[in-house]
Parts: sequence; C-alpha cells; structure tokens
Amino acid sequence: MDDVAIKIDKLQKVFRLPHEKRSSVKSLFINFYRDRRSFERQEALKDISLEINKGEFFGIIGRNGSGKSTLLKLLAEIYTPTEGTIEVNGSLTPFIELGVGFNPELTGRENVYLNGALLGFNRKDMRKIYSDIVEFAELEKFMDQKLKNYSSGMQVRLAFSIAIRADSDILLIDEVLAVGDALFQQKCYDYFEQLKKAGKTIVFISHDMGAVESFCDRAALLDQGKLITQGHPQEVIHRYGEMLAKYDEDPNRRQKKDGLKHIGAGGALITKGSIINSKGETTNRISEGEPFAVRIYYEVENKLEDPVIGIGIMGKQDQSIIGPNTKESGYELPILEKRGYVEAHFKSNPLSTGTYRLRASIMNTSVTVPYDFVERLLTFTVIGKKRYGDIYVEPKWSQSTNKGK
Amino acid sequence: MRTDFKLRYQGSILGYTWSLLRPLLLFLILYVVFVKFLRIGEGVPHFPVYLLLGIVIWNFFHEMTVQSLTSIVGRGDLIRKIRIPRWIIILSSSISALINLLLNLIVVIFFMVINKVELLDTIVWLPLILLEVYIFAVGLSLFLSAAYVKYRDVNYIWEVILQAGFYITPILYPLTLITNLTLQKLIMLNPMAQAIQDARYVSVTHETVVGYQVFDGGWYMLIPFFIVTASFIGGLFYFKSQAKYFAENI
Repeated sequence: MDDVAIKIDKLQKVFRLPHEKRSSVKSLFINFYRDRRSFERQEALKDISLEINKGEFFGIIGRNGSGKSTLLKLLAEIYTPTEGTIEVNGSLTPFIELGVGFNPELTGRENVYLNGALLGFNRKDMRKIYSDIVEFAELEKFMDQKLKNYSSGMQVRLAFSIAIRADSDILLIDEVLAVGDALFQQKCYDYFEQLKKAGKTIVFISHDMGAVESFCDRAALLDQGKLITQGHPQEVIHRYGEMLAKYDEDPNRRQKKDGLKHIGAGGALITKGSIINSKGETTNRISEGEPFAVRIYYEVENKLEDPVIGIGIMGKQDQSIIGPNTKESGYELPILEKRGYVEAHFKSNPLSTGTYRLRASIMNTSVTVPYDFVERLLTFTVIGKKRYGDIYVEPKWSQSTNKGK
Repeated sequence: MRTDFKLRYQGSILGYTWSLLRPLLLFLILYVVFVKFLRIGEGVPHFPVYLLLGIVIWNFFHEMTVQSLTSIVGRGDLIRKIRIPRWIIILSSSISALINLLLNLIVVIFFMVINKVELLDTIVWLPLILLEVYIFAVGLSLFLSAAYVKYRDVNYIWEVILQAGFYITPILYPLTLITNLTLQKLIMLNPMAQAIQDARYVSVTHETVVGYQVFDGGWYMLIPFFIVTASFIGGLFYFKSQAKYFAENI
C-alpha cells in the first residue's frame, strides 16, 4: 500500500441540476408545495475505481463532458464525492487553472505572494523563492507594476513560474498548462520532464494525445462518467480512437443529426459522410500527408440533372480551410438517381494536427440553390507533427547571400 | 488576505482615511440631526461620544456581516479552482472589518479626550464586549454567506433586517427615551443593544441603562448571550454542512 499515491474506490458523483434553479427565497416558498422532484440527477461519475502509484505520470483522456475535470476536482477536494472514497497519500496541489486569485489591481510582486499563499507557501518560503520566480518569468522590470498593465502572455508566464515552485508529492494538472505559444508549451513539457525525473506523482488531463503518449506511464479513458479502460497509454489512446469512430456511427446520433441539420430546398438528401484512409478503411483519424478520400452518401427523390456536390473542411475556429465542389474541379456528375455516393480523393493530406469538421452540400447547376446542405456532417482528427498553421505545404527553401548591395 | 482591505481603497485619493471618514461623516450628520435639531439625549453626559461609540460598534457589525455575506460567492473563482479552507474567506473579511473597527476606536478615543470623558476603570471590559459582537457577527456571517450561495436574495433580506436593526437598537437615542418598560425589555433582548449599552456603560458613562437594570437582574438578562452563542454555533454548523457543496452550487 505504500506505493499507492491515490486510491479511488467506487467513486460516484451526482450533480443535482434543478430544472428551474431555486435561487431565491421567494421561489423556494412558491416551489415548496409544487413538484419538488423537478431536478435532474446528472451522474457525472459512476463507480470509478482506480489506483495511481507513487511516481507515476497518469493520463486521463475522454471526450468533453466525460467527467475528467470532475474527477480532478474530486481529487483536489473541491467537490465532495456522493459515494465512494478517495485516499490520498502525500501532499497534493491542483492546477485547475493558472494564476488563480490573480488580482489585476495589485502589483506583480503582491500577486506572486498572494498566489504563492494560495498554493500553500508561507511568507518565509516565498521570500526565498521570490527572486527565482521573477527570474524564470523574465519579468524583473515589471514586478512593481499593477497586473492589469501586464500583457496576457506576461501574466501566464508569471503564473506558470509560481506554479512550478509547488513542491507537492502529487500534482493534478488540467489541460491549462498546455496553452500558450509554442515556446511556452515547450517550457511546460520541459517542466513535465523535470517532474518525472523528480519522481512526482502526476495526474494529467489532456486532449493532446501526443503529450499523453509521450509523458504518461499509464492512462485511463473516461466516457459518460464511466471508466472505460486503463493501462498502457498507447492502448488507451487506441481505444479512445475506436470509441470516437463508433460514436460517430451511432445510429441514434445520426438520426438526430439528420433531423436537425438539413438546410435546403429538398429533393436530395445527404445521408452520411465518411473519411476513407489510404488503406480503404472508414476512419475518423488520418495522418498528415496520407492520401485520403471524403465520401458523401446521397439519396435522391426523383432524378437530379447536372447537380453539383461540394464539401468543406472547417478548422477549429470554424473557418473554411478548403471547400471544393465538383463544378469547380470540372468534374461532371452523371444524372443522380436513388442513392449512391460521391468520393473526393486527396493525393496528400495537407491538414496539420488537429480536429476538423466536414460539411457537404448538393446544389443546382449554377451553385446558387442547395438541395441539401449539412453543416456538421462529421468531425475527424488529423495526427501528425505540431505545425504552425492549419495546413502544411512543404516549401522549397533556398538561401542566397546579398553581396555588395 | 489583506487584499480586501487594500483593494477597497485602491484608486481613491484619500485611501485608508476613508475608513475613518465614513463613520465620522455619518456621525456628524446624525449628531446635527438628532442632537442639535431634535435634542435627543440631552440628559446623557458626553452624548456625542456616547452616540459615536454606538455608531462605531454598529458599523463594525454591519460592515462585517454585509461583506461576509457575499464573500463566498464573490470568491467563487477561488473556490472552484483551488483547495482552500472555506472559512478562511470569512476570516479574511472579518479581519478587514476588525482593522476598521480598531481605526474607528482610535477616533472614539480622540473624541473622548476632547469631550473630557473621565477614564473609567471598567473600560477593561470593553474588549470582552467587542469580542461578543465579533462572535455574534462571525456566527451570522457564516450562516448568511452559506445561505447566499443557495439563495441569492438573502442579501436583500439582510439589508432590510439591518436597516430595521439600526432603529430598534438604541444607537441614535438613549434607551431612556423609551418609557414603556416592556418595550425596553424587548429591545434589550437584542445582543447588539445589550453590547452597545454595555460598551457605553463601561467606557463612557455609568449612567447608561444596561440589561441588568432593565431586567432587574432576572435570568433573562442572559438571553442576549444565549442568542450570540446559538447564532455562532448554528452558523458554524450550517456553514460546515454547506461548505462541501459550495464549489458546485456557486
């Protein structure tokens, strides 16, 4: 038992979400005699049992709303378990967010002390490490300025510099540390390496599979509050990929999507979309540079002469990255009848690492009226190197020296 | 945790002096209206100091409960993101109120000197009386702040109660103004009335009517102390039972 840092036993967390939140005394009285069961039990976590060993780098992955953050907050004792127990051996510091308690009206110096106090440092400790913090953040000149005059980058740097001083046995890290520019991320990752060497126990939540794979000794997958699997990070990530693919094929969900998202004149329907990888398999994950195809399934009521089918790949900020259609490409579709599919083949995937959304439409010849348009047909992920930019096109570099102007 | 205090006067030119000026100005207004115009308290020696002390103590109580009331919700970002004992938040707002009280007491002492109030040896009891007010305020603060997380109109209700409390407590008027003995007794059941009268008795003038006289030494003169204890224990327990769920309810 000595090597167990965190032991979670049959943990359950239920949130009571009132349909109409009784946030005033008046409504408390009014609702008193009415239906009092008008709240929803939301089971954020169901029957989780987990052991995290000392010195382990433990990753938790899962979709949004799968209960990852709730679990972290339970470990941090910010929430109280509904049922089950959590045993923690050793001191614990949670990083749910950087710079908690930072006050824009106070100076940098005061904020360092304040934030340090919140992380459990006393005044004496702080005096000792203060100069290290300032040096690391490279903010010597600004410490007596009010925080509100700092750029957001400076604030993050300061917060991070304080956070890494936390000398607990167990650190809970929410994705927060993985924000910021590339240089800052590198700093975070260097810090993770250091922590690992120092033999700290770390619980790490992330959507960045690359980070989970490279840092974690073990990982766990959560879905809808349940622990799906735990074990070697690669296996868990693989399972996660499968789960995502399955989730998108879930007939209930598709029906819902079908019912909701169609915009158009009618007469033709986009029933499904899929991504086909280079091996000809249907998938939601493709690699950078890999040839792939987008397949659009359609269903036509009568006959459709001279239609145009278009697809769009949308990035994280919902910006359109590419949006080709058959007419633009000079590809003439035959008369469409009944059902079938159209495929758009890409020789090489120019998209860089990230999540993308596919939309599709069937339009008339002049590309003015959509018969059907589906904004959110599917989402897919591209795995590859971290790039600056959503698409990656390899340039050819050259250099010349400018002699004698 | 000095943040509260520091922040409050951040950017105002007079800074800390405002915490002294505010009760002083209020005192000035009340003094002119009640003492000069309405001529209340003519029979009471050193009435200005007597009045000021009452105001200062009431202000302390007022400030502390009002500030604590919203403190848990106001610090929601902290509560949802880090592990801090919840009561620290209440403690911090109570400390800033205490600092204010001390500053205000200095002003009271200043006026005592000007008014040539004789130094009574009973003044040694004053800290104990202030402690009673503090405990009472902490108890209420714990209760109110926890309740406010759930029911957001607690603050309006409390505002009204404070408003009423200000007038049913003999702050502006000497208790002797009320001739009905039953009414006097009812008023003196209020811990704030008892504390303020006692504070005046021990530090300004022995002519202050205190609970002992009103109740004729009956056992119910202990009721205010009972209320204080009950509200402290009750507040503490309510706060403790609710503290676990602050993070999800805010």
